[in-house]
Amino acid sequence: MRIRLTVNGAGVEADIEPATLLSALLRERLGLTGTHQGCDTGQCGACTVHVDGRAVKSCLMLAAQADGRRVLTIEGVAEGEALHPVQRAFRDRHALQCGFCTPGMVMTALDLVGRLDTADEGAIRHGLAGNLCRCTGYRPIVEAIAESIRARRGDG
Amino acid sequence: MHPFRYLRPESAAEAVAARGEDDETRYLAGGQSLLPALKLRLAHPSVLIDIARLPELRTLRRHQGGLEAGAALTHAEIAGLDDIPALAALAGSIGDLQIRNMGTLGGSLAHNDPASDHAAAVLGLGATVRTDRREIAADGFFLDMFETALEPDELIVSVNFPRPRRAGYAKVRNPASGYPVVGVFVAETDGGIRVAVTGAGGCVFRLPDFEAALADNFRPGALAGLATPVNGLNRDIHATAEYRAHLIGVLAGRAVERCR
Ligand SMILES: Cc1cc2nc3c(=O)[nH]c(=O)nc-3n(C[C@H](O)[C@H](O)[C@H](O)COP(=O)(O)OP(=O)(O)OC[C@H]3O[C@@H](n4cnc5c(N)ncnc54)[C@H](O)[C@@H]3O)c2cc1C
Ligand code: FES
Ligand code: FES
Repeated sequence: MRIRLTVNGAGVEADIEPATLLSALLRERLGLTGTHQGCDTGQCGACTVHVDGRAVKSCLMLAAQADGRRVLTIEGVAEGEALHPVQRAFRDRHALQCGFCTPGMVMTALDLVGRLDTADEGAIRHGLAGNLCRCTGYRPIVEAIAESIRARRGDG
Repeated sequence: MHPFRYLRPESAAEAVAARGEDDETRYLAGGQSLLPALKLRLAHPSVLIDIARLPELRTLRRHQGGLEAGAALTHAEIAGLDDIPALAALAGSIGDLQIRNMGTLGGSLAHNDPASDHAAAVLGLGATVRTDRREIAADGFFLDMFETALEPDELIVSVNFPRPRRAGYAKVRNPASGYPVVGVFVAETDGGIRVAVTGAGGCVFRLPDFEAALADNFRPGALAGLATPVNGLNRDIHATAEYRAHLIGVLAGRAVERCR
């Protein structure tokens, strides 16, 4: 089947098998390997991307379900060399170590930063429940997101 | 996954016509339960009918008595409705953010996982499931593990939630999967007190003796001494039947405290 979607702002057309996962389309067909694949069972969140502005696990979505939608991956977050403020906060707070979970963490963080009105730690941790990190620990990640929320509100 | 064809009809009627009555064809909503099952090859339909964008299933109607929510509204969308706070809080506690952005009300009900959160709200509030052909009261909808009153090709269109006088939900999650080990929904409705338990049995069920005790005295203390028989409760590596029976009592009390 043929699908048409937007990926990181650019129109994409692809002929796919209907059973193609969105993660496979992104990684294998479009070469966007920043979207990681940690489990392929919906548990780890490393494959998180945005579809129409909302964080979803791309290993639990068919590429066909994204037909006609806007997809944003980690490759589309920075403006050229200029990191997005959320990426900068991750770097400044040492919120990554091996970096495997980081693309998914940042994509979930972007959804949370847009959604939460206050940098409440409990709400941030609840929002991160679908993303696992095996190395850094969650504290710096939570702090990076809290800082991004405060900065967005202009009181950081 | 086995190969399949993917259809995205424009209307509910077209979707039902395409469905047929065998397991060769399946509806696909958020895919958050169906795609994992396909990956494990627990199911291998040859056609998937994507119903997530059907306008009839994306409606939201507020009426005097409550709220009629389209079957394809996501958990995240229901979490954002303040009409019935206990329902919104329950939807906002399902799985994780990404699951809530994709998973739907109708998919949860049709799937009827033994630990479905939405099943507890639908049974606890005494809601009505509206399909392409009839209305099914919650009391007759959930039959057993992964079994409902739906006919194979029957499509859930919406769920009508009557507004309770007060309601609350409490659960203990499995720390790995996030699903409730046990969840209890308590509501005072125009039709009386309802107590619905998820996670503990083959599917969601009511507790008539808890309901009677709360009808006399709507306080956690009224449940003291009431025991749930362990017969028929789930036992697995996460919790024994005895522990689940204990949780039912504790969580029912917490749900009463949360009622508003
Ligand atoms: C990591 C993870 C954690 C989760 N945690 C929880 C949790 O804590 N609590 C919880 O309750 N759930 C949890 N879920 C399940 C989640 O809520 C699913 O979204 C839900 O069970 C199914 O909804 P869906 O829209 O994704 O349905 P799908 O997966 O698309 O479909 C499920 C079934 O329902 C059928 N169906 C779908 N829509 C309709 C309809 N309108 N009419 C008739 N049949 C229909 C399909 O044919 C299929 O058989 C979790 C899932 C994952 C992957
Ligand atoms: S790869 Fe998708 S959740 Fe782990
Ligand atoms: S930084 Fe290594 S998994 Fe998170």
